[in-house]
Amino acid sequence: MTLVLTGARRVERGRQAMRWIGIATILVAAPLAGICIGETRIPLSTVLQVLANRLWDAGYAVDPIDEGIIWSYRLTRALVAGACGAALAVCGVILQSLLRNALADPYLLGISAGASTGAVLIAVAGLGAGMVPMSAGALLGALLAFGLVTLLAQLSGGGTGLRGTGQIILAGIAGSQLFNALTSFIIARSANAEQARGIMFWLLGNLSGVRWDDVWLALPAAAMVLLIGLWHIRALDAFTFGAESAASLGIPVRQVQAVLILAAAIATAVMVSIVGSIGFVGLVVPHAARFLVGVRHARLVPASALIGMVFLIAADILSRVMIPGQVLPIGVVTALVGAPVFALILIRGRASS
Amino acid sequence: MIRASDLGWRTRGKTILQGATLEIEKGEVLGLIGPNGSGKSTLLRMLAGLLKPSQGHVELAGQELARMNQREIARITAFVAQQADTSDRISVRDAVELGRTPWLDALRPWSEEDSRHVANALATVEMQGFETRDWITLSGGERQRVHIARALAQAPQVLLLDEPTNHLDIHHQLSIMRLIGRLGLTTIVALHDLNQAMSCDRLGVLHQGRLIALGSPAEILTPELLHCVFAVSATELIDPTDGTRVLRFRSMTQALPDMNRHDVS
Ligand SMILES: Nc1ncnc2c1ncn2[C@@H]1O[C@H](COP(=O)(O)OP(=O)(O)OP(=O)(O)O)[C@@H](O)[C@H]1O
Ligand SMILES: [Mg+2]
Repeated sequence: MTLVLTGARRVERGRQAMRWIGIATILVAAPLAGICIGETRIPLSTVLQVLANRLWDAGYAVDPIDEGIIWSYRLTRALVAGACGAALAVCGVILQSLLRNALADPYLLGISAGASTGAVLIAVAGLGAGMVPMSAGALLGALLAFGLVTLLAQLSGGGTGLRGTGQIILAGIAGSQLFNALTSFIIARSANAEQARGIMFWLLGNLSGVRWDDVWLALPAAAMVLLIGLWHIRALDAFTFGAESAASLGIPVRQVQAVLILAAAIATAVMVSIVGSIGFVGLVVPHAARFLVGVRHARLVPASALIGMVFLIAADILSRVMIPGQVLPIGVVTALVGAPVFALILIRGRASS
Repeated sequence: MIRASDLGWRTRGKTILQGATLEIEKGEVLGLIGPNGSGKSTLLRMLAGLLKPSQGHVELAGQELARMNQREIARITAFVAQQADTSDRISVRDAVELGRTPWLDALRPWSEEDSRHVANALATVEMQGFETRDWITLSGGERQRVHIARALAQAPQVLLLDEPTNHLDIHHQLSIMRLIGRLGLTTIVALHDLNQAMSCDRLGVLHQGRLIALGSPAEILTPELLHCVFAVSATELIDPTDGTRVLRFRSMTQALPDMNRHDVS
């Protein structure tokens, strides 16, 4: 009997170890692939040598141009893409759980619309007289829009709380429409053709201008929302049967809602300000993750982060290689590739149930 | 165990409940009866700390309810709502495991003891063998029993049940009522079936937002009161097998003389 038990436990422990090895492999392999693959393919050995040079002063002889591309362009790009994918996916999980709405997504709260208005105000209308970077404008716009949306939700009879969570979604839709219209208005009034094209590109998601200071913004934001999400896995689970049921299970509902939604809003605002609005990730990755690991958040939150990371790095690679000599907006790729993949998952999920 | 004094709740200028004063001893089973919209769920939600009373206050296990945090309340009180559903594809075991939430945190992870509570709760409501079933595949009565199991997994001292027997077949209705009696927990249960209400220790009658009567079933379930509150006329019958009282009801608003004659003959 004990023999069987220890045997079973050993199998379980072995499986656990395999899982961790798998996760670690993905965490390392995805950014590496993001660095190697591009318009010019760089051999893995060169990439590893550059990383060793930079991280541990290994002193390998590498072409300085290659080194520059790898360290300042490809690596930053891969890191920001990964952080952004992970953060948006976790934000999606959080909002879908708290708002009890399968269609909730980080951009629903007016955040991306506000960010684009902020960015356009800086870049096109010339607010801040060139002293304020566009991403700062986007961040401010995002937070302002989110504030307005929450206020509207509160005024319309309690956005969150025990019984009404529908209001904040409606308020988010109204806020998004308003800010999108403002953005279009500013572009139509003040932008020349060149600027309009640049803004369009940014609005659809763009990783090409990403540098190290963006990395130091994106990584902490992603880590913050991931850690806060992981800290609240039991609370997120408790919302399964609604906010009132969560409260009867001892969850301080208002406080948890405030902390989690604010964290998601800040993380999303930071991401939008760096890379523009990349749709689809926050909405679809959580659903894909649910098909794979189930609905319990102890697995769902890390799985979503991992899938979101891989998905966005892969989308970034595709955006660079799909049309030779031209970079597509990453938002276009996430939707073009993501929608069919998601359709497949939906069909397979149905078949297996 | 629970003491509510002068509880009231009003919303948008409308008084939903007022002046509810009651006291429940440890281990007592109190049934709440009353027509639709009389305030049973509202009262239960206030006693569970889910709704802030706009008047009066509640004392739970010697402490002021308003001063306790949600977690402290949940460790004493488990609440089964009249309706709680999900579109998530959660398994039965996972749903019952949610009941352990108030006892867990980052420093106290899931343990053998929690698994034991979950298994016991499932066995108590006769839902063993359903552990891996998806919530959405369950029937209404099975869902209700899983909710009750979730409440039991909370290891509460006080059980607040809002119409726990609706959706249940007659066997499970009786077994849930018997279970409530057997558990020995302080229980407040909102009921519609007045014959089931007879098995409670005491009954409270809500009518238009007021607690109009409180006492033993024999005192409460009188033809006059039933007439006044539910607008039915009741006849008392004695079950010859064990001598218990059984109530039979006829509507007062629609006279159906033909059916009555048929029944009597
Ligand atoms: N948030 C609210 N706003 C306005 N009215 C409410 C609200 N909640 C409850 N009510 C009203 O309060 C009254 C009491 O509701 P409650 O749910 O307590 O009734 P109940 O006795 O449980 O009825 P039932 O037997 O149908 O479950 C109802 O008339 C209901 O419409
Ligand atoms: Mg009710």
